[in-house]
Amino acid sequence: MIPSPVELMNENLLLLAEGAVFWPDRHLLIVADLHLEKGTSRRGSGILLPPYDTRLTLDRLSALITHWKPHCVLALGDNFHDGRAAERLLPEDRAQLAMMAEGVELVWLTGNHDPQPVEEVPGVWLTEWQEGPFSFRHIPSPNADLAPGIVEFSGHLHPKARISIRGHSLTRSCFATNDQRVILPAFGSYTGGLDVRDPAISALLPKKARLYLLGKDRLHRLDMAMP
Amino acid sequence: MIDAAECGESVLLIAPTGGGKTLAGFLPSLIALSEEKLPAKIHTIYVSPLKALAADIARNLARPVEEMGLNVTIDSRTGDTSASQRQKQRKAPPQILLTTPESLALLLSYPEAAESFSDLRVLIMDEIHALAGSKRGDQLALCAARLGTIAPKLRRIGLSATVAHPDAIAAYVSGDGDGRDVRRVIANEGAAPNVSLLLPEAEGYLPWSGHMGLGSAAAILAQIGQARLTIVFVNTRAQAELLFQALWKINADNLPIGLHHGSLEPSKRQRVEAAMAEGILRAVVATSSLDLGIDWGGVEQIIQVGAPKETSRLMQRIGRANHRMDEPSRAFLVPANRFEVLECEAAREAVAAHDLDGAPPRPGGLDVLAQHVLGMACGGPFMPDSLYEEVRRTAPYRHLTRKDFDDVLRFVEDGGYALRAYERHRRLVQDSLGQIWVRNERIAKQYRMNIGTIVDTPMLRVKMRRGKQLGEIDEYFAATLVLGDTFILGGELLQFVGMQDTTVEVAKGNSREPRIPVYGGNRLPISNRLAERVRAMLHDPSAWSVLPIPVRDWLTMQARRSRLPTADDLLVESFPRRGHWYLVAYSFEGRNAHQTLGMLLTRRLERFGFGPLGFVATDYVLACWCVREPTDIARLFGRDMLDEDLHEWTAQSAMLRRTFRDVAIISGLIERNHPGKQKSRRQMTVSSDLLYDVLRKHEPDHILLRATWADAAHGLTDIERIEAMLARIEGKIDHVRLSRVSPLAVPIMLETGREKIRGGEGEEQLLAEAEALFAEADAA
Repeated sequence: MIPSPVELMNENLLLLAEGAVFWPDRHLLIVADLHLEKGTSRRGSGILLPPYDTRLTLDRLSALITHWKPHCVLALGDNFHDGRAAERLLPEDRAQLAMMAEGVELVWLTGNHDPQPVEEVPGVWLTEWQEGPFSFRHIPSPNADLAPGIVEFSGHLHPKARISIRGHSLTRSCFATNDQRVILPAFGSYTGGLDVRDPAISALLPKKARLYLLGKDRLHRLDMAMP
Repeated sequence: MIDAAECGESVLLIAPTGGGKTLAGFLPSLIALSEEKLPAKIHTIYVSPLKALAADIARNLARPVEEMGLNVTIDSRTGDTSASQRQKQRKAPPQILLTTPESLALLLSYPEAAESFSDLRVLIMDEIHALAGSKRGDQLALCAARLGTIAPKLRRIGLSATVAHPDAIAAYVSGDGDGRDVRRVIANEGAAPNVSLLLPEAEGYLPWSGHMGLGSAAAILAQIGQARLTIVFVNTRAQAELLFQALWKINADNLPIGLHHGSLEPSKRQRVEAAMAEGILRAVVATSSLDLGIDWGGVEQIIQVGAPKETSRLMQRIGRANHRMDEPSRAFLVPANRFEVLECEAAREAVAAHDLDGAPPRPGGLDVLAQHVLGMACGGPFMPDSLYEEVRRTAPYRHLTRKDFDDVLRFVEDGGYALRAYERHRRLVQDSLGQIWVRNERIAKQYRMNIGTIVDTPMLRVKMRRGKQLGEIDEYFAATLVLGDTFILGGELLQFVGMQDTTVEVAKGNSREPRIPVYGGNRLPISNRLAERVRAMLHDPSAWSVLPIPVRDWLTMQARRSRLPTADDLLVESFPRRGHWYLVAYSFEGRNAHQTLGMLLTRRLERFGFGPLGFVATDYVLACWCVREPTDIARLFGRDMLDEDLHEWTAQSAMLRRTFRDVAIISGLIERNHPGKQKSRRQMTVSSDLLYDVLRKHEPDHILLRATWADAAHGLTDIERIEAMLARIEGKIDHVRLSRVSPLAVPIMLETGREKIRGGEGEEQLLAEAEALFAEADAA
């Protein structure tokens, strides 16, 4: 997998084709919207969704940790699909989380699905995080609230893009960015996506959005004019 | 029929439409009810595939019963029955109950079912040819077996149109899944129908492609003018809308012509039906929505627009016209394009030869069984052994293995996978005696909201802003609408003005060119027998004399510019066009087989490095397009194609994902309705895709994946047809390299419904190309 280097506020970042961001200088790995235990979230009502989504997501996260050797993993909210999700973790998934926490510091930001810290899991819970010129939060701030000289990283919106070329149209999850913000794609296995042309996203990226579409082994950068 | 009743035998009555089958089915019950002193309990259940039919029969039956002065109570119970009516039926059950498979399943899911059906004597199953082999048929068979357990004296009466597999239908009717004990009553077929082709006037232009047949509107209208009442059958709802428009555009005499299809509001459909019955209409443009059901005595002729696809179905449609047995029915076939001329001509021969086709019923679906198991638990506790025995008394599940049954049971119990952590979330529980119970009333309630095996293409309601409901459109089509777009529904020009939750809001349309609503769903592929006839006709120039001149010219031109396919060979053409290389195979194996063949072929093209971008399949032809010129064609079509890639590739296909979605819904993995909230249909599609991937990775042997594969193997993919074809053409590939498109290839080049290769190297190349284009533009 070939990462895409990006320079923001004189900091070098790597956008990863797996849908995460690595900040080499700080040894920081950033992911968004894991939605762990989404599969089991409706089990109480008798719906039989397979429970393997958590394992898929954790496996993919573990692979990234093994490869990039971060000191810290920052998850930008909606880490768990609901408040009681941690109780439903299968023992092996719980063990995997614990093992992860032995090697790296886990920082969980709260999201709209998990507004309260989930105490059963290892790691630190925060509502926002500031590091260098970057601020990290779950729900992106309105443009008016963005401070100059700061780039905001957020999740929540699960951006995806549809492009059409040579009569062939295709849809991919993507990073949606401009000079002031980076909206990460959802990392979770059971997550859908929202088209970047949707007003909820396009309003955040006025005029022009830089998109990085997730490809098989690398990202594909495209610019898209926004209404 | 009466004789069989006296002997206590089950009966299969096979008769063409309009032969008075239904009344014959009821006769023994009416006699019994008038002669014997029977308790006021349900004596006879009549099941029809159509809600409207059950209601209609209730009315039609009430009259003779009244005239004969019989003291018999009759009532219907369908999805349309009101709550108060249901309440009344509970207190005072009718002696004859008319219902549908879904409503019967619902009745059987209540604990009082055993009591209310204990005196049941007769089960009449109408239009079985339309049910056997389908999932609704599986459900009815399972319910019939349960009724047989509750009421051991039960006799079954099956009513069917003429079919190619009477033995299989008899087995379906029987109480033990065998059918040898079922008496068969086969009615006389009557006079052979008079079928002719209707072409655009005076050897006019015949389109290369398209399935709408709009060019023949004038000829169709002229024919409507010749008869008192005509049914104009078309194959799709979009076609119905467009043809209806086209007819009205030229309808100078204002002949009253109606429209009937499944996406119209029921009240609109009922108005058209009533107008037909009253003799107000001269013609109705209809889809398969009028294939079954109410017999319109006054229909003088039918016109089939577009390819007939299956001889048996065509004959049933023809049977809708002229119900006097001694006179031939009159029918016209209107081919919409050149290949369809061949098919219509072949169908005409097949009707004359009474060559019935259609696949025999396939084994019952495990997803339907899963739904049934939960339903039975809702009705009361059961022992697994006795339910297994009961299920095996049906024809569809006669060969069900104990392992499959146990796996289904376990799936219903807890999802059938590693759930040791979630004991408390089970749907079924087992007591110390080994009996299976439904875990709680909420699960039973939820089950009752999700009964049924018809999984509709996701549809959205269409409503006038601040006004009436008009009908439904396909959700995927709705998603492509932009504010201001216009489209046609119910013959009205409508403008898209907005979305309100799950309702599409429209206003009266303006003059902008309307878009054509696309309705999903599987199009019926050409039957094997009919395709064989088409192939034979194409190979044999001496058979062309019956064909219209433009078609003959077309074939002659093909012979000159390229080659004609011969009897055993497979003609494959390759030629460049618009920067791509095309590969066109004339295999005539039907859409489903070609769809699968297309997936396999593109897979090979990818591996051989030709960079395939997509393919398109019709009933007759398959075309693939690539970045590079494909060579070594014989190796490409090698017989090993089926062994190596099929499973892997098909498993990734959109088709199998769609199949899985249906299976997941029917089996109860995904719910359609949840008490208190309506789930967005789109959300449901997304999650079924994810579930599919997850199950495939972690539990490739999951019962639902097995059910999905079974569905695909029986019909959807037509593997058997491909196998036979690959064997037939081995060493006989006739490859022609052309500098441009051939006459025979023109239709497929114009064909829509192209399948693109998703997530393959081709798409990665396109992404890279898009990126490069952007970089260039940026640098400039």
